[in-house]
This record gives sequence, C-alpha cells and structure tokens, in this order.
Amino acid sequence: MDMLQMKNISKSFPGTKALDSVDFYLKEREILSLLGENGAGKTTLMKVLYGMLHPDTGEIYYKGEQVHLKSPLDAINKGICMVHQHFMLVPAFTVMDNIIVGNEPKSGLFVDEKKAREEVKALINRFNFNINPDTRVEKLSVGEQQRVEILKALYRKADVIILDEPTAVLTPHEVDSLFVILRKLKEEGKSIVIITHKLRETMAIADRINVLRDGKMIETDIDPKKATIHSLSEMMVGRQVALGIKRPAKNIGDVAFKVEHLKVIEDGVAKIKGIDFSIRKGEILGIAGIEGNGQTQLLESLTGLNNPESMKLTLKGKEIKGSADVFLRSGIGHIPEDRLTMGLATEMTIKDNLILGYHKSPSLQRNGILSKKKIRDYSNRCKEDFNIKTPTIDVKAKSLSGGNQQKIVIARTFSHDPEVIIAAHPTRGVDVGAMEYIHSKLLDLRDEGKAVLLISADLDEVRSLSDRILVLYEGRIVSESMPGELSEVQLGLLMTGNRIDEEVEDEIREID
Amino acid sequence: MKSGKLINNKFLKSGSGSFTTSVVAFLLAIVVGGILIELAGFSSIATYGAIFRGSLGSSRGLVLSLSQATPLLLTGLSFAIAFRVRIINTGAEGQVYIGAMAAALVGAYVNFLPGITHVAVAVLVGMIAGGLVGLFIGFLKIKFGASEVIVGIMLNEILILITAWLSTGPLMTPGSATAQTNPILETARLGRLVPRSQLTWALVLAVIIAVYLEWMIRKTTLGYEIQVIGSNLKAAKTAGINVPKIYLLTIFISGAIAGLGGAALSLGIHYRFIEGISTGFGFAGIPVAALAMYSPAGVVVSSFLFGALRAGAMTLNRTTSIPIEFVSVVQALVVVFVAAPMLIASIKKNLMRPFRGIKNKRESLKGGDA
Ligand SMILES: Nc1ncnc2c1ncn2[C@@H]1O[C@H](COP(=O)(O)OP(=O)(O)O)[C@@H](O)[C@H]1O
Ligand SMILES: [Mg+2]
Repeated sequence: MDMLQMKNISKSFPGTKALDSVDFYLKEREILSLLGENGAGKTTLMKVLYGMLHPDTGEIYYKGEQVHLKSPLDAINKGICMVHQHFMLVPAFTVMDNIIVGNEPKSGLFVDEKKAREEVKALINRFNFNINPDTRVEKLSVGEQQRVEILKALYRKADVIILDEPTAVLTPHEVDSLFVILRKLKEEGKSIVIITHKLRETMAIADRINVLRDGKMIETDIDPKKATIHSLSEMMVGRQVALGIKRPAKNIGDVAFKVEHLKVIEDGVAKIKGIDFSIRKGEILGIAGIEGNGQTQLLESLTGLNNPESMKLTLKGKEIKGSADVFLRSGIGHIPEDRLTMGLATEMTIKDNLILGYHKSPSLQRNGILSKKKIRDYSNRCKEDFNIKTPTIDVKAKSLSGGNQQKIVIARTFSHDPEVIIAAHPTRGVDVGAMEYIHSKLLDLRDEGKAVLLISADLDEVRSLSDRILVLYEGRIVSESMPGELSEVQLGLLMTGNRIDEEVEDEIREID
Repeated sequence: MKSGKLINNKFLKSGSGSFTTSVVAFLLAIVVGGILIELAGFSSIATYGAIFRGSLGSSRGLVLSLSQATPLLLTGLSFAIAFRVRIINTGAEGQVYIGAMAAALVGAYVNFLPGITHVAVAVLVGMIAGGLVGLFIGFLKIKFGASEVIVGIMLNEILILITAWLSTGPLMTPGSATAQTNPILETARLGRLVPRSQLTWALVLAVIIAVYLEWMIRKTTLGYEIQVIGSNLKAAKTAGINVPKIYLLTIFISGAIAGLGGAALSLGIHYRFIEGISTGFGFAGIPVAALAMYSPAGVVVSSFLFGALRAGAMTLNRTTSIPIEFVSVVQALVVVFVAAPMLIASIKKNLMRPFRGIKNKRESLKGGDA
C-alpha cells in the first residue's frame, strides 16, 4: 500500500508556477529520489508535504486518509519530518538540546532530562551515529550536523523522512556514511525521500526515481537499475546534454602563472609543506584530493587571503604580493570555495553581487560614486550572457537557486577578463544544466588562452576538464599526470596516501 | 527550532528592513502603552491628547519637538551608521561628553577666530574629539578583538568622570557654585532657528548629515563596501575589501556625529560645558536608530517621533497629573517591538566572539563570524 499520496498539487508564487498539477506517491520502506534541476520545484513539493507551504489546489492522503497539514507541527505529529537544505539548528546549544527542543518529555512541569537523554542515546547507538550528545552543535562538522537533524526526525518518531539535497554539503566520504544510515533507516521500516540533482548518487541509493521539471512531474516510476545517467539528465533538462565534455586543449602556451615554495602553517600545524607548480596559458590544471589536505590553504594563498610562511607567485613574469585586493586587480579571478559564505552577500541584490570585488573598477564607478546606469547595463549583460534565470537583477541574491547563484559568481569573475582563474568547486551543488554550462564556459576561457586552476572534490570533474592533474595529499603534491594516464582507482589511491606500485596495480586489475 | 535562524536572517543581515515593520511596531507601542495607562487608572485619551497638544498641536510644541529631536537625531545617526557594519557603538554617550567639552573649550578659550569661523572650528573640534574616541574603540576591536560593546560602555564611564573632574576642578568657572566651565564667547554660539527656543542650526547640520549618509550608503563605493561588510563579512574579505579600514572609518564617523551631538548641547543650549550635560542621549539614540531600521534618512523621521514624545511628556507633566513615566514606557515598548530582537542577537554574537574555541578563532581571523 502507498504510504502517502499527493494528487494534483499546484502551487504558484508571484511570477512563477512552482508546481503544476503534480502527482506523487511514496511507498512504505522505500528510498525515493526526487530528481530535478534547480528551480524545478522539488523543495516546494516537499514543503507542501511538510505543511510549510499550502498548495493552491490538490489533496494529500496519508496512511489512507486525507490530511490537511496546516503547519510543520501537524506534519511532525503525523510522522513526517524534513531535513532542510540549510540546517535549522541552534549553534550554541548542545546536540541533546537541539534534538529535544520543542518536544521535551515532561515530568510534571519540568523537562525529564534523564528520559530524554536515554532515548537520544539509544537512537545514537541503534544507528551508529557516533555523536556525543553533549557537544555544542557549532563544534560539529556539516556531516555531523546533518546527522543531528536526522536524529531530530527519529526522536520525533518520523515514519517519513524528507532530506532536501543532503549530499550537497558533504564530502564523498560523508556521503557514503549518510547512505549507510539511510539504508538502515529503510530496514527499520521508514520511508525516505531524498532530493538531489546528482545522478550518480541517485542511482546508488534510490529504489525508485521521480523526475520533476519546470513544476511538472515528468516520471514517477523510474527504476534506477534500468536508467542511465544520460536518460535521467535528459529527462531533467528536457533536451540532449553533453556530460563529461572533453575538449582537449589546442594551444597551450607559455607559463602564465607560477607558484614557488608555497608553505602554509596554521595554528602551528603545517598545512602546505612546500609545493611548486605552474600553469600555462590555455591550460586547465586540476587539483585532485580529499578535502582537508591543504586545498583551502592553497586557495587562500593564491588569492591573497592568508599569509603563507613562504611563497613566490608570479603572473606573466610579474611577482604578486599583498592583499586580496591586489591579487584581484592583477587579474587573478577567484571562484570561492563556498559561494554562500564567501562568494555572495545574499541579502543584497543580484546587481550588487555582480559587482562585488570589482566595484572599484573604472568601468563601474567614477570618483567613488557608483555609476547606476553602467552597473545596470553590465548586470543585464551578465544576466543574458550567463543565462542567470531571474525576472530582474534587482531582487536579492538569496531568492535564486544554487545554480543561478553560482552563475553570479562565475559571471562576475569571467566578465572582468582575468588572466588566471582559481576555480574552487565551481559546480558544487548546481544542477546538470548549469554544470554543463559552467564547464563549457571554463573551457571557452581556457581556449582564449587563460590559465585555469581547478580544485574540485568531484573527481569526475577534475578528470574530464583538466589538461594536467596534480594530486594533493597532506599538503604535498604526490603525483602529476596527464589526463587518462591514471585510472580513477589509481587517483583515488593517491588521494588517500597510498602509492601505486606494480603489486597494487595488479590487485586493482583483479578488482576491476 | 527556528528562532536563531530567523533572527539572523531577517533582522541581522538586512541593513534596512521593511518600513512597515517600523510603523507597525510604533503603533503597537502606542496601543499597548494606552492599555497600560488605562490599567493604571488613567485615561489614555487624555494622556495622548496632552502629548499631542504639547508636541504637534501647536507651533510652540512643534519647535519643542524639533529641538528635543536634534540630539536624538545625531546619536541615532551615530548608532545607525556604525551598525551598518555591525559595530555596536555603545560609546556614544562618552563621545557626546567629550564632544561637548572639546567644543566648549574652543568656544571659551580660542578668542582670535573671527565671526562664523569660531563656531565652525568649535563644532569641528567637538566632532573630531568624538571621532577619535570612536577610532580608539575601533582600534581595540581590530587589533585585539575586543568587544566594542564592553569597551564603549567602559569608556563612557571614564569620559563622563574625566569631563566631570575637569568641570569641577581645573576648568571650573571661578566662584561658580556648580560644576561648569567658563562660558563660551558669543561668536562660538550656534545660532537659533527660532528666537527664545532651543532649536538651533544643529538641526540643519544633522539633517544634512543624514541626507549625506543615506546618499553615501546607496551610491558610493564606500557605502557599497559598508553594505557588503554588514551583510556578509567573509564575502567582503574574499572580495578584497579592506575591512579594518572601513571599520575604522565608520566608527570614526559614528563617533564624530555623536561628538557633534555634544557640541550642539554646549554651543547651542548651555553655552558652556556643565556636569551631566547629556541625560543619556547616547543611549537614547539606539532605539531611534533601530526604529529607523538603521537607515540614516529613516533616523530623521524616527528621531522626530521620539522628540515629539519627549516634548509631549513635558506638557503632560505641566498640565495633568498623569505620571510622565508613561512616555518612557511607550518608548521602551518601541524598543521591545523593533529594536530588541535584532540588538539582542547582535550583542550576543558580539560578546560570544572572544570566548569561542580555537576552531573559531581561526575563523574569526578570516572573518568567519559573518
Ligand atoms: N518563497 C518563494 N517565493 C517566490 N518564489 C519561490 C519561492 N520558493 C520557490 N520559488 C520559486 O519556485 C520555483 C521552484 O523552486 P524550488 O522548489 O525551490 O526548486 P528546487 O528545490 O527544485 O530547486 C523556482 O522558480 C523558485 O524561484
Ligand atoms: Mg531546492
């Protein structure tokens, strides 16, 4: 029997029809993946199910009965919980407090701490969550915070758990542990909806796949065993897409960008232990590595955001030194690691964000007074050229989807004619359409003769775009290779600190 | 479950929130205040009637409202501009005192400046004095990560005591019975806009400054950088914005405007420095700024509302037996309805900063507390 059904759900926002007569169902004991590009309406559909949004039309049936969910509280009481894209935890509270807040077991007037504690501990043990309930949430990694959110749902006795893009914020390793947890939850009889636009992950975890596009449900009964990455992405985008585009560099030129003796020490710990490399004009240099092996420090050093122990950095023969401002003005474009915390002021308008960092350039201001007209023209040009999907450039950046927010960052960097681009996770958390677009833009720029440094947690991305690949492990470059020279498995070994000698290679062949 | 998030997003991050929020909060304060007045056994109609007559109901009341609004406008602007980069200038009161003293000294002892230049220099010196105090607070914040909230409050005490000591000791008018400095020269007096009132050119100056600040924030690169810092500190740093420089500049401007507030008191009203010259104007600027959602143009309006309430309170005191404290209650309610949520969140954040763990220390160096 279906656990729940949503029939004919429509929901409009001013200017957009987010959901258009959508039908949806969920079975008991299944993991359903809700696929769709950014802006397809995935979050909206699930917020309707969670009582956070009220549909314009349509009905919801839960365990055979029609329900009217007025608020998330209604949904929670019925056993439907949602883990949002941006967590809703109180950082200063402990894990325990965050879990029981709003749902404290009472003995008389007082919170029955002991009982709460035991329940939470039992849950943590049952699912091997490996979290200390007395740590404050601000001390936890993103992956751990997510587990706290899931715990919260379990503590509220959820039967249906909705996860909105849970993997967007996780490292590959954390994704694996999340999936282990989800499978275990399924075994225990829970039904799970996981929203994502990552196809590989969907195929790995889902029992059934749904595809939403432009507010319409395209398909509800896709069997992941029969689907392919290509068929799914075409369903999502609604047209043919080129994935993993490979366009070998044609005209690699002289060295444009050179980094020598880079050493970074942080809190007394050597994070980068002396590395040297250079990038040529018209070349994409990929850096593969598991996060936490010095990527952040490397990025900071190359963009003027930290003070390395030692570093000599030359751009087209000229040494560059100083603050982030100097780096930017010398022509080092930066696509920051995390667009939300570093790349955007989301409370400001799209227009304001498109000039961030370049607001002092003579083309946008004169004598310290911003030129309204020039900024407007420039922003509209960015919107057109980079296909930023928004009715106007005067709305706050936070109203855009992740992919379109990332296009703001890309647009402003690319529009200012950089010599070098330091691109960190340029497609993290964006959908297939935007990813294809950003990749082709990066390749275009390279073909114009720019030097590109690509750091990405996505090994596929590094392998398909780079003209040369370095592996970063514990602050050192442990390997340099040409694309295709090393297999995914071999790179993976290097990234985890292993060597690839003959013996291991034989083993790999056997495993393969 | 959502409280932390909501406060952060809705209030902290927006430089100038919605206009309606402010209007609703003000009306709500009036209504709840009215209910309290009734509960205490007085007539709310009579109370508000008296307040209205004393503030907006006559030309005398209007002038009184405007003159009451002037110092609030200045300290309100002072708080607002600093808050746009999320600096909480609790040191405004001390800046008012030092500004008043510095201006009074120039007014009394500098006797070679002709005509209008005298008052201009006196005003300027008052502003610089306030600005330097601001700069000092900013310096401690940047250099040592000190909380400006605590430093500001401590400096208030110190400056109030030092100026009090000066006016009772070395600079006291000989033979005077009260703690005050020598009177300023005629040339150093701020002219009155309306004869026999306390309404001076300080109001005009203050409005000009408000208009300038609003323009600056909206239209200039400096204002843009201020907005970015206020909205996402880490993004500002990543974009190469020189955050310490903007911090110092902003807190200097903030202090200078509070200093002007002090100069307006000594050059425009008392014609000398007297002990206790400011009756908490520095702090009174906080709800004024909050009600205006930290928009300089909005502060012009909100300071007028608060000024009118104060003017009305004076009439209330003279013409009825209704306790004047009700006006304070209404003001406090405004604070509760608009200012409190965002201020508390912001102050909490500010105070937590030095006590966070090592992990966050690194973050805050990089500006991770945005
Ligand atoms: N609160 C809102 N106000 C206005 N428009 C919204 C709101 N929430 C979502 N939308 C719009 O509805 C559409 C679907 O959004 P969403 O459900 O968030 O997509 P997804 O989660 O699939 O990326 C988008 O065009 C988005 O801009
Ligand atoms: Mg979404």
